[in-house]
Amino acid sequence: MTIMDCRPFLAVGVPFLAAILIAFSRRWPNIRETWSVIASVVMFGTVVSMLPEVLDGNYYEYTLCQLTDTVGWTLRTDPAGMVFAVLASMLWVPINFYSIGYMRCHNEKEQTGYFAAFAICMSSVMGIAMAENLLTFFLFYEMLTLASYPLVLHKRNAEALMASRKYLIYTLISGQLFLAGVVMVYCITGTMSFTAGGFLTYEMAPSWALQLAFVIMILAGSVKAAVMPLHGWLPAAMVAPTPVSALLHAVAVVKTGVFCVLRIIGFVFGPELLAQLGIIDVLAWAAATSILVSSLIALRQDHLKRRLAFSTIGQLSYIVLGAALLSPLSIKGAYLHLVAHAVMKITLFMCAGLIIARTHREYISELYGISKKLPITMACFTIASLGIAGMPFLVGFISKWNLALGALQAGKPLYILVWVASALLAAAYLLPICQMAYFRKDPQEQFREYGEISYRMLVPICVTTAMAVILGVIPNFYPHFYRLATMAANAITAGWNGGWM
Amino acid sequence: MMQHAPLFIVLLPVSAALLCMFFSRLQKNLGSWLVIASIVAAFMSAVTVLQQVIADGGKPIHYWMGNWQPPIGIEFVIDPISGILAVLITFISLLGALYSLPFVKDEGWLHVGGYYTLYGLMTVGMCGMVITGDVFNLYVFLEVMSLSGYGLIALGGKKSMLAAFRYLLIGTIGASLYLLGVGYMYALTGTLNMADMAVRAAEFLNYPLFALAVACFVIGFGIKMALFPLHGWQPDAYNYAHPGSAAFIAGCMSKVPAYAMIRFLFYMFGVDTPVVRAALDVLGILGVAGILLGSVMALAQYDFRRMLAYSSVAQIGYIAIGLAMGNMYGFIGAVLHIINHAFMKSALFFVIGGIQYRFGEVNIYRLGGMNKKMAISSLTVTFAALSMIGIPPTGGFFSKWYLLLGAYTGAEYFYIGVLVVSSLLNAIYFFRILEQMFIQREASLTEVHPHKGKLGLPVAMALPIAVTGIGIVALGFYSVDIVTDIIKLGLPEVLLK
Repeated sequence: MTIMDCRPFLAVGVPFLAAILIAFSRRWPNIRETWSVIASVVMFGTVVSMLPEVLDGNYYEYTLCQLTDTVGWTLRTDPAGMVFAVLASMLWVPINFYSIGYMRCHNEKEQTGYFAAFAICMSSVMGIAMAENLLTFFLFYEMLTLASYPLVLHKRNAEALMASRKYLIYTLISGQLFLAGVVMVYCITGTMSFTAGGFLTYEMAPSWALQLAFVIMILAGSVKAAVMPLHGWLPAAMVAPTPVSALLHAVAVVKTGVFCVLRIIGFVFGPELLAQLGIIDVLAWAAATSILVSSLIALRQDHLKRRLAFSTIGQLSYIVLGAALLSPLSIKGAYLHLVAHAVMKITLFMCAGLIIARTHREYISELYGISKKLPITMACFTIASLGIAGMPFLVGFISKWNLALGALQAGKPLYILVWVASALLAAAYLLPICQMAYFRKDPQEQFREYGEISYRMLVPICVTTAMAVILGVIPNFYPHFYRLATMAANAITAGWNGGWM
Repeated sequence: MMQHAPLFIVLLPVSAALLCMFFSRLQKNLGSWLVIASIVAAFMSAVTVLQQVIADGGKPIHYWMGNWQPPIGIEFVIDPISGILAVLITFISLLGALYSLPFVKDEGWLHVGGYYTLYGLMTVGMCGMVITGDVFNLYVFLEVMSLSGYGLIALGGKKSMLAAFRYLLIGTIGASLYLLGVGYMYALTGTLNMADMAVRAAEFLNYPLFALAVACFVIGFGIKMALFPLHGWQPDAYNYAHPGSAAFIAGCMSKVPAYAMIRFLFYMFGVDTPVVRAALDVLGILGVAGILLGSVMALAQYDFRRMLAYSSVAQIGYIAIGLAMGNMYGFIGAVLHIINHAFMKSALFFVIGGIQYRFGEVNIYRLGGMNKKMAISSLTVTFAALSMIGIPPTGGFFSKWYLLLGAYTGAEYFYIGVLVVSSLLNAIYFFRILEQMFIQREASLTEVHPHKGKLGLPVAMALPIAVTGIGIVALGFYSVDIVTDIIKLGLPEVLLK
C-alpha cells in the first residue's frame, strides 16, 4: 500500500532549512549549534516515525513537483532505503555532539560553513536514501558531491586544496557518466522508477548496450564507494576534520556510493538480467581484489586516519561483493554490513579524532601507552576493532556470516576465502594499535594534554560502541535493521531463483 | 488597447529611445528613466501577449501593421516561443538598464543620453527580430540591433574602438549575406511574408538557388550568433564592451539570430527537406567543434570576461547541436538553453561588471576573498557556475537533460560524449573561479568606487545580480512548466510527426 505523505520531504527539508539558519547565526555559536542539534533530532524522529508502516510492507510516497516533462521529483520509503535513512539519521545525532566538542576543542576556523555544509550533506543523504527514481537520485547525488567538497577543503591549505580537487575530479566525472547511463536506461525503457528486481529486461536492448549502461552507472557508485582502482580520493580526503571523516567518509558519502551500487544492481537491472549479462563477475572480482589489496596497504600506513581509510575501502568492497553475488543471503548481508561497518567505523574515527584533539598525535608509532591517559577511548577502539575483524557477538559478525552463506548460496564458495583472509588482515592492522596502547611504554616523553576532557566527544563514542555490541547480540533490536534488510533482499530476489539454488 | 500589445513591444522603446536625447538635454537622468520606463512597458506587453497565446492553446497571434493584409503589409507573429523570447529579452534588458545607471552616473548628458538611446534601440532590434513575420522586416531589425550594438561596444573605453570596428566589418558581412539570401528567396517565391514564403517555397525545395539561400542564411546568422569558426569578432567585443551593457549583449545578442535561424529552418522550410537536413548536419559539426574548442580556449584565459566570451562560443554550440538533432527533444533542449544561457551569461557579466566597477579588476586570479566583500555576487556566480556545468536543480541541467534525450532518441550517441566532456571542461574553469572567490587569501585590491554596506554594490547593480542568481535556480524548478506549457505548444509541425 502506498501512503501519500510529505514526511520524506520533511526529512530532507529539515536539515536544509537548518543549514540556512546556521548560515544566518554566524555570530552566535551556541544558537548556531542548537539549530544543528534540533535538526538532527527532528530528522531522526521523522524517519523513525515512518518505520512501523514500512515494516508492515507499506510505502510513504510523495511527489513535490515535476522535474522534467515526464519525471517527478518523488521520494518513497522502501525497506532498502529505510535501512540507509534510519542509519544515517541515527548516527547524525551523536556525531553532532561530537562535532561541537571536536571543533571547539581543536579551535577550528570557519565553523559556520562547516556546520552548514554538514547539514546539507545530511539533507542530500536523506534524498538519496529515499529517491524514487533515477533523476531524483542523481539530483541529490550531485548535491552531496558539492556539499561535501567544502568539508574536504576545510583546512584551506595546499594539501586540502589538492585533496578537494582530486575529490571533485573523481566524483564529477563519474557523475556525468552516471547521467549518460540514466539517459540510456530512460530511453530504453521509458521509465526510471526504482523497482525491486529491476525494470530492465534482456529483450529490451542489445546486450552490449545494457552492458555499457551498467558499466557507466556502476562506475559512479564505485567511485564514491572507493572500490579499487577508483579509491584515490578517499585517503587524500582524510585531510578533512575528523568528524567529517567519521560521518561522511565512513558513513554518509561512501555509503551513498555503496547504496548506489545496491540500487543499480537490485532496483534498475535486477539480479536476473545481470546473471544473463555476465558482466557482474567483473565487479565481483574488482571488489574481491580491492578487499585484499586495501587490507595489505592498510598494514603499512602509519598515519592513523589513513590506516582507517584503507580499512574503509576494504570494508566497502565487502558490500559491493555481497551485492555482486546476487543471492538473497549475500544481498541481505550487504545491507547488514552497510549498517555494521557504519557503526564500527564511526566509532574508530571518533576515537582517532579524540586522540588527535587531546594529544595532537596522528601517527600510530606515537601512541605508546596511550590507554593510561585515555582509557575509555581505547576500550571503545578495541571493541570496534574486534568488530571489524568479525568477532562473534559484535555487529560485524552477523553481516559477515550472512555474506559467507550468500557466497555458498550463489555457488561461489571461493569468495569465503577472501572474507576469511580479510578478517585476519583486519585483525593484523587494527589490533597492534591496541597492543601498543595497552602494553607498551612511551620511551621518550610523557604525553602533553591539550584541553579538558570533553564529554561531548566521549559520550558519543560510548553510545556508538554500545550500538555495536547491542546490534551484535540482538541483531533485530530497534530500529529493526535485520528485518528491513531481509525485506529488501527478499524483494530484490523475489521473482528469480534460477541462479543460486 | 489590448490588441495592440504586440506593437507596443517595439513601439514604446523605439519612441523612448529616439526621444531620449531631448529629455537628457533637459535633465540628465530624465532620458534614462524614460527608456527604462518604456522597457518596463514593453516587458508588460510581452507578458500580456504571451499569456494570450498560452490561453489560446498556443495559436499564434497575428498583428497587422496599419491593418494592411499580410502578403502586402508587415505583420508581427507571436507564437509561444517568440513570446517567451520577447519576455526574456525585455526582462534582461530591464535588468541591464537598471544596472547601467551607476556606470553612467558621473558622465555628461550627451553620454548618458547617447548610451540609453543605443540601449533602447538594441532592445527594439532584438524584440523586433523575434516577433516579426516578415523576412525583410527582420533584416531591418537585425541592422537596428547590430548598429546599436556596435555603438555600445565602442563606448567601452580605450581598446573597444578596434573591437567594435572589427565586429562592424564582420557583422556587416553577416547581415549582407542574410539580405542576399532574402533576395534569392524573393526571386524564387515573389513574397517577403514568412508564412506566405513557407507555402510558396514548397515547390522550389530542390532548386540550387534554394540551397544557396539556405547557405546564406546559415552563414549570415552563424556570424551574428558567433557559431564556431565565425566567432572571431566575439571575444574582443564581449571583452571590451561597455560594462553596463555587456551582460545584455552577451546574454541576448547572439541568441536572437539563433532563434531567427530556427524560424527559417524549422518553421518555414522544415527539417525534412534534404537541403535543410544537410545544413543541420553542418551546424552539428560546427557546434561540436565550438563546444570543444570554445571550452579549451576558455580554460586558457585569465581575463574573466574573455573566458566568458569563449564559454559563450561553447554554449552556442549546445544550441547548434540541439537543432542539428532535428527531433523534438533536441529542439526543446536548444530553446530551453537559449533561455537558460541568457540568464547564466547575464548573471556572470553582471557580477564581473560589478567587480570591475568597485575594484577595477577582471583578472580571475585576483578575486581572492570575494565572498567576504561581495557575498551576493559570489552566490550568484556559484549558481551560474553550477548551471553552466549542468548540475541539478539549476536551469542548465535541464537543458542538458533534454539535449541528452534528443541525442539518444536521434541515435546521435557522439553528442552524448561531447556533452559529458563539455560539462567536465566547464567544471574545470568554473571551479577555478569558485576556488579563488571562496578559498584563496584576500587579494589586495584598491577600491575604485568604494562601497560600504552589506550589498557590496549600489542597489541598482546588486538587484540585477540577485534577480538573475535566483532566476537561474527558479528556471530549474520551473523548467518543466516552460517546456510543457510553452515550448511544446509552439513546436514546429515537422517535429510533431
